[in-house]
Amino acid sequence: MPQALEGSQAIARTVALCRPQVVAAYPITPQTHIVENIAKLVADGKLDCEYVSVESEFSAASVVLGAAAAGSRAYTASASQGILLMSEVLYNIAGMRIPMVMTCANRAISAPLSIWNDQQDSMSVRDAGWIQLYCADNQEAVDTTIQAYRIAERTELPVMVCVDGFTLTHTLEPIELPGQDEVDSFLPPYAFARALDPARPLSMGTLVSPDHYPEARHSHHHALLKAQQEIIDADLDWAGVSGRGYGGLLRIDGGDTAEIGILTLGSVMGTLRDARSEHPGRDAVKLIQLRSFRPFPIEALQQACQGLKHLVVLERALSPGAGGIVGSEVRAAMSELRDAPMIHNYAIGLGGRDVPLDLYQTVLDMVASGGINRFSILDADLEKLPPEDR
Amino acid sequence: MIEIRIHGRGGQGNVVAAYLLATAAIDEGRFGQAFPAFGAERRGAPVVAFVRIAERKLHRHNQVLHPAFLVIQDEALLHVPGVLDGLKPGGRVLVNSSHNSELLSEQYGQQFFALPADSLSKEYLGRPLPNTALLAAFLTLTEVLPTEALNKALRDRFRGTLLDNNLRLVQEVATRVPAGIWEDSFHATGT
Amino acid sequence: MTDTDDKALLKQLRVEQPRFQGIVSGHRACLGCGEALATRLVVEACGPDIMIANATGCLEIFTTPWPESAWRVPWLHSLFENTGAIAAGMEAALKAQGKSTKVLAFAGDGGTFDIGFQALSGMLERGHDVLYVCFDNEAYMNTGIQRSGSTPHAAMTTTSPPGKVRMGKRHLKKDIISIVAAHHIPYAATASVAYPSDIRQKVRRAMAIEGPTFLVIHSPCPLGWGHDGSLSIEVARLAVTSGLMPLIELERGELTGAMPIRTPHPVSDYLKLQKRFAHLFADDPKAREELVHLQALADYNIEKFALHSLGDDPQDTDGADTVTRGGMRYA
Repeated sequence: MPQALEGSQAIARTVALCRPQVVAAYPITPQTHIVENIAKLVADGKLDCEYVSVESEFSAASVVLGAAAAGSRAYTASASQGILLMSEVLYNIAGMRIPMVMTCANRAISAPLSIWNDQQDSMSVRDAGWIQLYCADNQEAVDTTIQAYRIAERTELPVMVCVDGFTLTHTLEPIELPGQDEVDSFLPPYAFARALDPARPLSMGTLVSPDHYPEARHSHHHALLKAQQEIIDADLDWAGVSGRGYGGLLRIDGGDTAEIGILTLGSVMGTLRDARSEHPGRDAVKLIQLRSFRPFPIEALQQACQGLKHLVVLERALSPGAGGIVGSEVRAAMSELRDAPMIHNYAIGLGGRDVPLDLYQTVLDMVASGGINRFSILDADLEKLPPEDR
Repeated sequence: MIEIRIHGRGGQGNVVAAYLLATAAIDEGRFGQAFPAFGAERRGAPVVAFVRIAERKLHRHNQVLHPAFLVIQDEALLHVPGVLDGLKPGGRVLVNSSHNSELLSEQYGQQFFALPADSLSKEYLGRPLPNTALLAAFLTLTEVLPTEALNKALRDRFRGTLLDNNLRLVQEVATRVPAGIWEDSFHATGT
Repeated sequence: MTDTDDKALLKQLRVEQPRFQGIVSGHRACLGCGEALATRLVVEACGPDIMIANATGCLEIFTTPWPESAWRVPWLHSLFENTGAIAAGMEAALKAQGKSTKVLAFAGDGGTFDIGFQALSGMLERGHDVLYVCFDNEAYMNTGIQRSGSTPHAAMTTTSPPGKVRMGKRHLKKDIISIVAAHHIPYAATASVAYPSDIRQKVRRAMAIEGPTFLVIHSPCPLGWGHDGSLSIEVARLAVTSGLMPLIELERGELTGAMPIRTPHPVSDYLKLQKRFAHLFADDPKAREELVHLQALADYNIEKFALHSLGDDPQDTDGADTVTRGGMRYA
C-alpha cells in the first residue's frame, strides 16, 4: 500500500532504513526538509545515529569523511552553493576512495541568486570522482538511495544521488517504502576494509609524489568504470527484493523502430514519458534516461542509440562558453558509431523554469524543421534581453 | 485526471491544503500528486500550489497550467493579475469569501462558489485558517473523493484538539455546501 | 624491598621497556624541527589507543611520503582547513560504535588560527571529545615562510618583509588561546617544546577529560625563524622566559594555571637569536620603536598572568626545565 509522502520525507525515511551511524548536514534550500526529517527521526528515537549539525557544508562533508573513514556508515545532503562550498572535500572523499552516500537536492548556482531547480550544482562537481545517479521521480530516489549504499560500499566510491530540488523534494506522491527487513537483506552492515583502527594503524591521505600519482588516478578512474556493473547489479538485485527496477545505467522507453531519441536526466524524463505515452507517433521516439552520469556509460549509450537518426539531448545545466555538458559527452560517445545520429543539444528549465508537457512536441518540431542545433537554451526568451545580449 | 491550482498567502496553509488533498486521493487508492510553486516569499505573500488526481500513475512534474479547478484562500487574490489565468473552459472557482457566488460569477465571468471559510474556521479552529473548510467544500461540491478521505488525511497530520476541531469543521462544511453540483464539470474538464 | 631496590627496578624498567612511539624516526623533518619533537612528545604521552586527523602542512608532508609513513597510530590527512571537522566525524563514528579510542586533531598555526578556524570553532562548540593540538611555528612554513595570523608582530616573513617603510608584520599575533577558551571548553592550554614534562602533563590532563580540549605548542622552525637547528630548544625557552609566550591553562574559560618565570629575560635575548627579527636591531628609529613595543607586549603578559616566580619553584621555568626522573614531574 503506497503512502502519501513528500519527496524529502520519503528520502529521509529511506536513509533511516539504511541505518547510517553518522549524519552531518548544514541547511540549504531545498535540501532542508530531508535533514529536518532525519533530525526528527533521531529526536523521536526512531533512528539511532550521531546527528552532527555542523557550521558549514564544508564541515558537513568533512565530518562524514572522518566518520566513514573511522568505520561508520555516513550520510549527508546538500544543494547548490553547499555543493560548491564542499567541493574540495568531495574531491578528497573520492580520491581517498571512502564509501558514503549523499543526496544532492539539485538547485541552480548563484549569481544570479536562484533557489530553484536545475542541475548546475552536481554537474559542476562531475569530475570529483563520485558516482552520480539522477532520479526521475521520488520512488526512484527512494530505491536509488538504497542501491547507492550497496554500490558505494562494494566499490569503495562515494555516491551522489541527484534529486531535482522542489520539483521532486517538495512533491508529495504515492511512495512504496520498503520494509526494514527488505533493506537489511539487501544491505549488509557497513564494513570498510581500510577503516581507521588502533589495532591495525593505517595512514590515509598521504603525500604522493609524481612516482605514484598517475597510478592513483588510473586506479580511481578504473574503479568508476568498473562501478557500471555494480550499478546494474544493484538495480537488478534490488528489483528482486522490491519489484522495482530502473534499467541500471539507462532507462529506455521505446524500441528499435524509433528514429528519434530524446535523452535527459532527472525529473524532466517523467514529463517526457507522459507526453510520449499520450502522443500518437510514440513508436518513432525513444526516451533515454541517463541514470548514471558518472560513470558515463559510453557502451550502453552507443547501444541504446544504434539506429537513431536524431538524438536530442536535454539538460538542466550548461558550461558557459562551451555549451551543453551532457550534450558534449554524448556527442563524443556517438562519434565512435558508424551511423551516428544527428545530435541536438538544448538546456531547459534553468533556475527552476517550468518544463511543460508540450516540450516534447516542441522538440519534435525542432528536429522536423531540419538543421542542427549545436547548443542553445531552448526556453530562453531572448526578447527579455537587450539586443546586444541576444 | 483532474488538475487543481490553489492560491493563498504564505502562512495560510496553502501547501498543507495541497498535500491533504493529494493524500486523501492516495488513501483512496488513486494517484495523487501535490507540490508548491515555491518562492522565496515570506508570510503574507501570494503563493501557489498544485494538485493532480488521476486513476493511474502520472510521471509528469510540470506545473499545472490549465486547472479544472481553482481554490482561492483569500478573495483579495482575485485582484492579483494571473490568478484566474489558464482555467479550463467549464472550470470552477472555489473562493474563501462572504460574498454571493452568483455575483462573483457574474463579475469575473467564471463559475464561482463562495464559502465564508474565514468565519467558519474562526468559529471552529479559533483562527482564520481557511484551508480545511475549502477542501471540505471542494470535495462536497465535486464528490471527487469522499470527505472521509479528507478526515483520514487530517488524522495522519494532526492530533488532539486541533484534529477534533478540524474534523468538526469538515462535517459542518459538508452539511452547508450542496453535494455533487460540480460533479459534471469535473467530468467535463477531466482528460 | 628496599628503597634502593625500587629505584634499581624502575631504572631497569625504563631501560628495557621501550617507550611507546606513535611517530617513529626516519621521517623527513628538517634538523631541529620543533614541530616534529612536539609531535613525538604528544603522541608518546597519549599512548596507542588514539586516532589522528592531521591538517595539511609540514607535519603531514614530512611524515607520509607514499609509500612510507612514520605513523604507528591510525592517521588521516584530509585537507588544510577541515581538521576540526574531520576529527569531529571520527569522534561521532567512534561514539556510534561504542568505542573509547581518543581522537586527536593536529594542525599548524595556519590550519588553526586562519584557514581551519571555523571548523575548529564548530568542533569546540558542539563539544566533540577531541584533543586538538596546534603546533605553532608562527608562519606558513610548508609553503615557504609566509605570514599567518600567528606570526608575531614585527617578524619578517616572505609576505611581511621589512623594507624602507615597513618593519615586518604590521599586526599582532592572534590571541588564539583566549578565543578558544571563550568557547568555555573544559581545558585549553599553551605549551612550549622547550618544556617536555609540561607538555606531557598537559596532554595527560587533556586525555583524561571527556570533551573538547585544546593545546597550542610553541614550536620553533629553524628555517623560518632563521636560527641554527641546534638552538631550537634555547629559542623556544627564551620565548617563554621573556614573557612573549606565557604557558597558561584555562578551564571553562577561566585561567587556572601559569608557569612562573624564574628569571625574566629581555625580549631582545629571544629576538636577536633569530634572523626574522634581525631588522629590529638595525640603526633605525622604527626598529627601536618596535623593540620597545615587543618588550611592552612581554611585560604585559608577565603582569597579566603574574608570571614572576617567587624563587626556587620546582614548577617555574627553571624548575620545569630540570627533568627529575622519578620526581614530582615524573617524565
